[in-house]
Amino acid sequence: MLTPFQYLLSGIYLTRYILYSRHELLLFEALQEGLEEEMERDIRVCVMGEDVGHYGGSYKVTKGLAKKFGDLRVLDTPIAENSFTGMGIGAAMTGLRPVVEGMNMGFLLLAFNQISNNCGMLHYTSGGQFTIPIVIRGPGGVGRQLGAEHSQRLESYFQSIPGIQMVACSTPYNAKGLMKAAIRSENPVILFEHVLLYNLKERIPDEDYICNLEEAEMVRPGEHVTILTYSRMRYHVMQAAKTLVNKGYDPEVIDIRSLKPFDLYTIGNSVKKTHRVLIVEECMRTGGIGASLIAAITENFNDYLDAPIMCLSSQDVPTPYAGTLEEVTVVQPAQIVTAVEQLCQ
Amino acid sequence: MALSRLASSSSRSADLLKPLCSAISLRRPISTDTTPITVETSVPFTSHQCDTPSRSVQTNAKELFTFFRDMALMRRMEIAADSLYKAKLIRGFCHLYDGQEAVAVGMEAAITKKDCIITAYRDHCTFVSRGGTLLEVFAELMGRQAGCSRGKGGSMHFYKKDSNFYGGHGIVGAQVPLGCGLAFAQKYSKDEAVTFALYGDGAANQGQLFEALNISALWDLPAILVCENNHYGMGTAEWRAAKSPAYYKRGDYAPGLKVDGMDAFAVKQACTFAKEHALKNGPIRGKSLSLVEAIKLTSSCSVCCAYMQILEMDTYRYHGHSMSDPGSTYRTRDEITGVRQERDPVERIRKLILSHDLATEKELKDIEKEIRKEVDDAIAQAKENPLPESSELFTNVYAKGLGVESFGADRKEVRAILP
Repeated sequence: MLTPFQYLLSGIYLTRYILYSRHELLLFEALQEGLEEEMERDIRVCVMGEDVGHYGGSYKVTKGLAKKFGDLRVLDTPIAENSFTGMGIGAAMTGLRPVVEGMNMGFLLLAFNQISNNCGMLHYTSGGQFTIPIVIRGPGGVGRQLGAEHSQRLESYFQSIPGIQMVACSTPYNAKGLMKAAIRSENPVILFEHVLLYNLKERIPDEDYICNLEEAEMVRPGEHVTILTYSRMRYHVMQAAKTLVNKGYDPEVIDIRSLKPFDLYTIGNSVKKTHRVLIVEECMRTGGIGASLIAAITENFNDYLDAPIMCLSSQDVPTPYAGTLEEVTVVQPAQIVTAVEQLCQ
Repeated sequence: MALSRLASSSSRSADLLKPLCSAISLRRPISTDTTPITVETSVPFTSHQCDTPSRSVQTNAKELFTFFRDMALMRRMEIAADSLYKAKLIRGFCHLYDGQEAVAVGMEAAITKKDCIITAYRDHCTFVSRGGTLLEVFAELMGRQAGCSRGKGGSMHFYKKDSNFYGGHGIVGAQVPLGCGLAFAQKYSKDEAVTFALYGDGAANQGQLFEALNISALWDLPAILVCENNHYGMGTAEWRAAKSPAYYKRGDYAPGLKVDGMDAFAVKQACTFAKEHALKNGPIRGKSLSLVEAIKLTSSCSVCCAYMQILEMDTYRYHGHSMSDPGSTYRTRDEITGVRQERDPVERIRKLILSHDLATEKELKDIEKEIRKEVDDAIAQAKENPLPESSELFTNVYAKGLGVESFGADRKEVRAILP
């Protein structure tokens, strides 16, 4: 026989359980869940890409979808990036909502014409008659010795295209949220995933949620320095943050998530607080996201900066195969610690 | 009609009856006459991997007059655009379609507005045939607000969503995968409609075309690829660019048809055949056939074909590739005048109308005068139209999301709303 107080407690625990119930999954499963929920919700959503159907996707993001939704909604395309991206765009012009997968982001270079000229520009050149609600997604970034052509960071090439939005996911939570938001958006969205992040585990909410496409994520609030990062470098930064905290620094880490347009609101508020900015990215030094971010911050918040903005990017080299060389190509936590120390002098 | 026959055949009563005839002929009932007339196409069709449609095309007086009117309008419009370009009112690129009108008009006669058309940059006349107005054309060419793309597209970016005209594309060949995407959407939504993806003989050598062909044939998409072969890819003749200029055969496994693109009726017949073929083969494919159905299918076409087809329209453009190209450095003037004399599409219809006694020379000339006036009026109206506002520079870059909006550096509120 429970006392009224015990009933009350169990009621509270039950409510909390229901309200905040979560389940654990890996990042690629989160992407798959998001995609599946959107396909159930809206019949116009379809997936096209190489080996997305019967094979289940080369990174298992589309596993089980072909069986559930059929061959017409989950299409195995031949190896013809230019034309199947073009087909996705053509289908989007009529109102369908395709999700085009590049097996590796680097392959989408073959579809650059379609993405730049048709995907990005048709809404404008038709005077607003057509919207292109397409999502182009795929894994990119430097993996484990995959070689130069399979380790590309395309965000730097696509960032100038007017008319598209770019987002990069980094955790299972934001992967699912961004996938759903991207599918529901009327604009063409390029969703950058990372080859090495697919097996990250996290508990995510059971209920339906989406993430704001243009919003940055505050990973760790702090006072001394703003560290802006995205995708895999977020984890290198957090690793460096542990060392920095031990050394007495208080870094504020922001995962910018939205690569185009930048969330200058969140970034600006942070700069106004800390007055020091470090950008850590996996893009190349020349013409990368960091370069644009430096320009944007300098233009808007120059008065608030106590020191020049530092940017740590990958080296301007094709990614080598040898493990040791590959490690040096991308930014490592030790470099981040040194940079923060330098910045905070 | 009887009276006019009498007037022309008997000279004695001609003087008496002529004034009467001309008074009556002002509003001829025959222009809406739908009694069938049969015409023969100029040349028989050549086919690849399928049957040829018949050379005899059913038409009627109403259609003949519509064809004449539409083609004469397009011709007049393109020539007016030429003068406007030389007067520097149209800038940039201007690719003119005169000589090729039969393709646009013939195709439109064979299909409905539910079917999609997508073409490259030589799109002014296709836009008009899909229902675009002259004002929209001239305003867009001159970069004014009343243009079909609000002045932001230009000559190469004409679109009309409500009549399923998808443009209007500057990069050679890039519209063909888009066209296959339109066909995919039609199959996905189970519309009983087809897509015509037009491209030129120059674009026929693009890799993405073969990719799109493969995908469309593989997935049985209701796409019909139409090669408007005007024999010159800008300044390069087809025999200098293509090892095999038999573009209708390039589909290999896909059926192809070679059509005289200067004959509007041949185009109409070919497009009707193509559409029927695509839609008929559709629902039956993929299901297990009963013996009766299987026999019917194999007897209807010699080879069991995929949806996917190629139509090659043998046509010709009088102007150069664009206004910056005189058009005479890579072909002789004799060739141009030769085609104009022997194969001109408007002349062909004119001769047909006259030979069937449906109108007199004067009446046709009157129609042309009317058209000229219409074009001049539209140009005057377009010239009056204002240029776009400066704020138009930033509109339509993005479509607004679902309450997920960015406010830039001074955003006051963060929102993430579920619809």
